Amino acid sequence: MKTSSFSYVGKALPRIDGVAKLTGDAQYTDDIHLPGTLVGKLLRSPHAHALIRNIDVSKAEALPGVRGIVLGKEAPICFGILPRAEDENALAIDKVRYVGEPVVGVAAVDERTALEALKLVEVDYELLPALFDPYEAMTREDVKIHKESEVANIERRATLEFGSVEEGFAAADHIREDTFFKAAITHAPIETHVALANYRDGKMTLWSTTQVPHYVHKAISRVLELPMDRVRVIKPTLGGGFGGKGEPFSYEFVACMLSRKCGRPVKIVHTREEVFMSHRGRHPMHMKLRTGVKKDGTITAVEFQNLLDGGSYGSYGLVTLYYSGQLLTLPYILPAYRFDGVRVFTNKPACGALRGHGGVGPRFAFEVHLDRIATDLGIDPVEIRQKNALKPNTMTLNELRITSCGFEECLEKAGKAIGWNERRGKLPRGRGVGIAGGGYVSGANNAIYFNPMPHSSVNISVDRGGGVTVFCGASDIGQGSDTMLALVAGETLGIRPDTIKVISADTDTTPVDLGSYSSRVTFMAGNACRSAALEVRRKIVPIIAEKLGVPEETVQIKDGIASAQGHSEKTLTFAQAVVLAESKGTSIYGSGGYTPPKLGGSYRGAGVGPSPAYSFGAHAAEVEVDEETGVVRVLKLVAAHDLGLALNPLAAEGQVEGAAVNALGEVLLENHDITDGGQHACPSLLEYKIPTMLDVPDVEAILVESVDPEGPFGAKECGEGSLHPSIPAVVNAIYDAVGIWLHDAPITPEAVLSALKKGEQP
Amino acid sequence: MIIVQMTVNGNPIEVGVGDEETLLETLRQRLGLTGTKQGCDLGDCGSCTVLLDGKPVLSCLTLAADAQGHEIVTIEGLAQGEDLHPVQRAFHEAGAVQCGFCTPGMVLTAKALLDTNPNPDRETIKGALSGNLCRCTGYVKIVNAVEIAAKVYPEGA
Repeated sequence: MKTSSFSYVGKALPRIDGVAKLTGDAQYTDDIHLPGTLVGKLLRSPHAHALIRNIDVSKAEALPGVRGIVLGKEAPICFGILPRAEDENALAIDKVRYVGEPVVGVAAVDERTALEALKLVEVDYELLPALFDPYEAMTREDVKIHKESEVANIERRATLEFGSVEEGFAAADHIREDTFFKAAITHAPIETHVALANYRDGKMTLWSTTQVPHYVHKAISRVLELPMDRVRVIKPTLGGGFGGKGEPFSYEFVACMLSRKCGRPVKIVHTREEVFMSHRGRHPMHMKLRTGVKKDGTITAVEFQNLLDGGSYGSYGLVTLYYSGQLLTLPYILPAYRFDGVRVFTNKPACGALRGHGGVGPRFAFEVHLDRIATDLGIDPVEIRQKNALKPNTMTLNELRITSCGFEECLEKAGKAIGWNERRGKLPRGRGVGIAGGGYVSGANNAIYFNPMPHSSVNISVDRGGGVTVFCGASDIGQGSDTMLALVAGETLGIRPDTIKVISADTDTTPVDLGSYSSRVTFMAGNACRSAALEVRRKIVPIIAEKLGVPEETVQIKDGIASAQGHSEKTLTFAQAVVLAESKGTSIYGSGGYTPPKLGGSYRGAGVGPSPAYSFGAHAAEVEVDEETGVVRVLKLVAAHDLGLALNPLAAEGQVEGAAVNALGEVLLENHDITDGGQHACPSLLEYKIPTMLDVPDVEAILVESVDPEGPFGAKECGEGSLHPSIPAVVNAIYDAVGIWLHDAPITPEAVLSALKKGEQP
Repeated sequence: MIIVQMTVNGNPIEVGVGDEETLLETLRQRLGLTGTKQGCDLGDCGSCTVLLDGKPVLSCLTLAADAQGHEIVTIEGLAQGEDLHPVQRAFHEAGAVQCGFCTPGMVLTAKALLDTNPNPDRETIKGALSGNLCRCTGYVKIVNAVEIAAKVYPEGA
């Protein structure tokens, strides 16, 4: 399908909620106010690891203005985003595992009273030794963060092996081994987490800043022991997620518990510090890579070891662990591969999913490792990537089905845009260019909990005024999924997308979509929406054909006007067609769902990694390194991303630009660090440095269209995979600039100076 | 309780505020102007930016009582009916809005810049808006939007 054959797809479409956001009309969770709302606050643990011997709330309860207090023992059922890691409680019951873990919930008439009440709660803790170093946690049998861990504090060890690794290394002309460390970063959405719960007549309504209303719906029902039909979860306009609002959180349960107890609405608004404590961000990864290559750069075998510092709870960690191993087989052909990964508990805020989930650390490591191999062999870094590039319509050795793949085009375009041939190795000392590749899933093939239902469902209703409304559980977290749905429905029906209403992310009124994670929404909800819109079309077109007296296959609809090819004088408005259709006796609706095809291997761990389509990318960076101060400045960043097809280039560029800048923060500025003792080193946006406008160059996004055979109109993911390659591209550019290799991210000026002093490398 | 007289979006008002109350709290909680956002309450993120006598201020660090006698403009005060302000329109059309949480502060800061310097270059725009954090866009389209707005910027918009 060519872009030019579309009416709206492929053209810039401003967001359908853009004006509301620009005028202050858009309602975010904290903007909703119900009469009589109480202020909820959480008392958090000051200790990293301690037993709770007793909690005395009598003084707090006696404080005038306090309306209700809840404790963990009132909701003892555990929850967790993964069915195999349901290890959390709404509030800690007998033990705390990190500084900041919620212990008591208080509701009061105002914030001041609620905060005063927290001070009056007396918790008797018995301190336990706390573990912060994952290497230590791996072996300390005497300190168990979770008693269920079989070996020390190892949550899970994952091993994968494909092809003959020993033969691969034996056939290699050159073998290189490197170690890398990638620190944690956190999401830092500008909106903090907020929940507003209202329990009335046996029914709970929760407005929450969540990326996953469906999972929150299930979890609230379970933990509060309310049937699912007595729980409604609504996601109002959301101020950014990036994975940080991608699972059920304590504050959501506590708001509900307090509202049920007090009989009044309760709102909990996280402070910025509490957002840092909640975390669920990137896992720190301690990585070791060993790769064998032929003289010409052809990879013969790869071995990868990864130690993931998971923090105190499971969260998405098992998926992170497997993703970190599985996705390393993109975007290069690996003939033999072995992975050995371990996720370990430590007494820090839990790590989970963050934009680019699972693949970011390994991608940084592998792309720098690959540049070092190219340097060892005297091969150009672009050439070694081209030589090993994955091809379309192939299968990776770990059985990931590759359909569309524009990786080589990405490499070519990124290289050209940065001026690779003219500049690599040819710029004056202090300046350099680097390149790196990547690939990512367009949604996970398997749902988080086993179920045979569609991963996304859409209903479309049409009213007799010609109005079209799309209902979908998909969660617009700022990425623009509502606008995507309007565009897909509009293109399919021939209606201007900016006139289409989208009702989304409300468990009472919208059919289930699994949520905004794994970069799945455009592919899955987009396909579901297309299917629902096609059903509407199937109902309307015969009516139009009959009225116009033309064959059905000649009917076309554009901008809400139906006509017949070759008979331009015969027209009917979409609204007239709907009225005619309704006069046949039923209202017009369409319903559609998307379920991915069955994919993936049958080995243990095969469930993580398969996706109906993969995005690919190559980013190229130009940097300037100040050898006096060690400061690295990125002068230019080109991000070529194969997204299948740009449904809405304006939105797609925004995703790629945003992801690439997240990566620049990650490689040069951000470290979600925990001090000895378990305190956050930098729990504010002043101390934790996310990029400002002055820190980053204007990213140049290049959209590469490989046209995916199964994506909606050929589209696939674009908002997460476009983060990965920027990190190693910068590190590789630093080598070109000043001849040093840096294996620990973020790259601090101190590390640059120290490497320069040593002459070279770790 | 202190009685404060100020002009908000062109309307003179009188409102009782607490002595520790911030202008952000007054706008959001007493006046229902929830377009002004709270991202950190510490003056770090810029989401709560409003204009005080035409200059951008962080309303989370401004005591409501200090607004006495001043003119405040919030995001709700920019559009004329359904006509968006040129900065709002440019943000919309240039794709400068994603989650939208930083947007009100970003737009008001940009308006204050263009009111005093209708032809800023890209670096000047970045400098003026660098106190407003955005985690979604990577900033490219925000700077584009301010450039576009500058091209059509009327006197005293």
